[in-house]
Amino acid sequence: MDWEALSFQVVFTLVAAFTAIVLVAPTLVILILSFTAEDSLHFPPSSYSLRWYAALLDANEIGDAALVSLKVALVAVTCSVLLGVPAALAIARGRSGWARWLDLLFMSPLILPALAFGFACLMLFSLVGIQPSLLTLTLGHVVISVPFVLRTTLASLSQLDPALLDCSLSLGAGPVTTFRRITLPLIAPGVASGAFIAFMASFDNVPVSLFLQDARTQVLPIHLWDIIQNQLDSRAASTCGVIIIVTILLMLLMERVAGFSSRVAK
Amino acid sequence: MASLRLAAPLGGFFALFFVVPLGLLLFTSTQAGRQIGGGFSLEQYAGFFSDTLNLSVLWNTLLVGAKATVLCLVAGYPLAWLTVRAPARLQSVLVFAIVLPIVTSVVVRTFAWIVILGRNGLVNTWILELGLSATPLRLLFSEAGVVIVLAQVQMPLMVLPLITSLQRIDPNLGSASAALGAGAWRTFFKVTLPLSVPGIVAGTILTYAACVTAFVTQSLIGGSRLLYMPMMIYQQALDLQNWPFAAAISVIFMVSVLLVIASLVAVSRTRAAQAAA
Repeated sequence: MDWEALSFQVVFTLVAAFTAIVLVAPTLVILILSFTAEDSLHFPPSSYSLRWYAALLDANEIGDAALVSLKVALVAVTCSVLLGVPAALAIARGRSGWARWLDLLFMSPLILPALAFGFACLMLFSLVGIQPSLLTLTLGHVVISVPFVLRTTLASLSQLDPALLDCSLSLGAGPVTTFRRITLPLIAPGVASGAFIAFMASFDNVPVSLFLQDARTQVLPIHLWDIIQNQLDSRAASTCGVIIIVTILLMLLMERVAGFSSRVAK
Repeated sequence: MASLRLAAPLGGFFALFFVVPLGLLLFTSTQAGRQIGGGFSLEQYAGFFSDTLNLSVLWNTLLVGAKATVLCLVAGYPLAWLTVRAPARLQSVLVFAIVLPIVTSVVVRTFAWIVILGRNGLVNTWILELGLSATPLRLLFSEAGVVIVLAQVQMPLMVLPLITSLQRIDPNLGSASAALGAGAWRTFFKVTLPLSVPGIVAGTILTYAACVTAFVTQSLIGGSRLLYMPMMIYQQALDLQNWPFAAAISVIFMVSVLLVIASLVAVSRTRAAQAAA
């Protein structure tokens, strides 16, 4: 018996199992808690019901905030796909220095403190006299969602066989037709995966929204953050429950359509 | 340059809504007084650095990020290792479990930790039942709590690059090392770990950058007693409306984070150069 190999296997597998459980457990705890029948949030609940989900039906503020978040995320992600995919094509083709600098610029919102960027945007908008609104929120969210779209699109472009493009061009198809018939169908799963992560990142963003929203355009994560910090209302749990269930369903759908998780893990 | 034209729309957008705001941030930070237009002065920076309280907030923010990143690396590496070696079915389950948190709201997951770590929470219930402590432990609103939750919330950012770099290692190298008489631990530290350095560096940069700016987790788990840089910027900018000072601390914070990341990259490059020599 090789004790060294065994000890290595046991230690690594145990730590890995522990990490995997800790990774998933909090989401499960909230999901279970959201079905509590009690008034206070105590885990595990002594009895279960759908009362807090029913309470969501007339929680207008939560519904309004969710609607704002949905609108902003949808428009912002659409814009970042429309701007990001052409930019990814340019960066993937460009071999010179500027392509690397552009890549660095477009990816930097991922590394720079988002809160400082949100504050900087607020100063710009107030200087030119634009009040915080859906527009300012959306503009800020485009910047933070671009890196996600760009990263997965660039990854799919790097796996694209350039011979296919040469074939298409030499058979007489123009660059636009080649893009529409060859490139786009092949990179679509990558673009969709990036758009999905970008959508969730925008839907969940607090640091940038804090500076760019006003009282009428409060976004859902900030509204939830308020509830959790101040009164710890049980509807926070059922709202989280809805978010978790929708997220899991969307992810399963993306898994089917675009092979999502393997794309992100590559 | 036909291809440059394709990047122009996004380039223009970023120039307007990313570069200009950051330039404005830098400009505002060099203004005297409490408003833009006070004239050039470095008094905001001088004010920040002359107060040891501010310096300790900066230091604590950078330190808490470092601790959470190290915890991510130590706890996440074996998970990446297992994911790469697992049979196909288990592998796809593990990848799903690692990717799901990326798209699950950080607010939701932080909320879960409040339920788990609270005074009457899950962990304290277990600790009391097992008799490990006579009174509930203070896990929420403590630095240890912030580190644990930050590590959990940002874990996928560490594990995914690790998986990528572990997948690229030729499995024959491990067999060769074993055939030459090295045990499993020695093979790991001498072969696998050095070859996965690119993944470690990429994961560390992403995790660290995310941890130091994780405003939601820091403020919900840390509470009002623990002050970190993002909250300080928020308070100065919105509560106190002191924009020049808020801009200055934003610049100081950004530069500090970039310096930490740059030195990390520099260290890993010199190590790689030494290994190659």
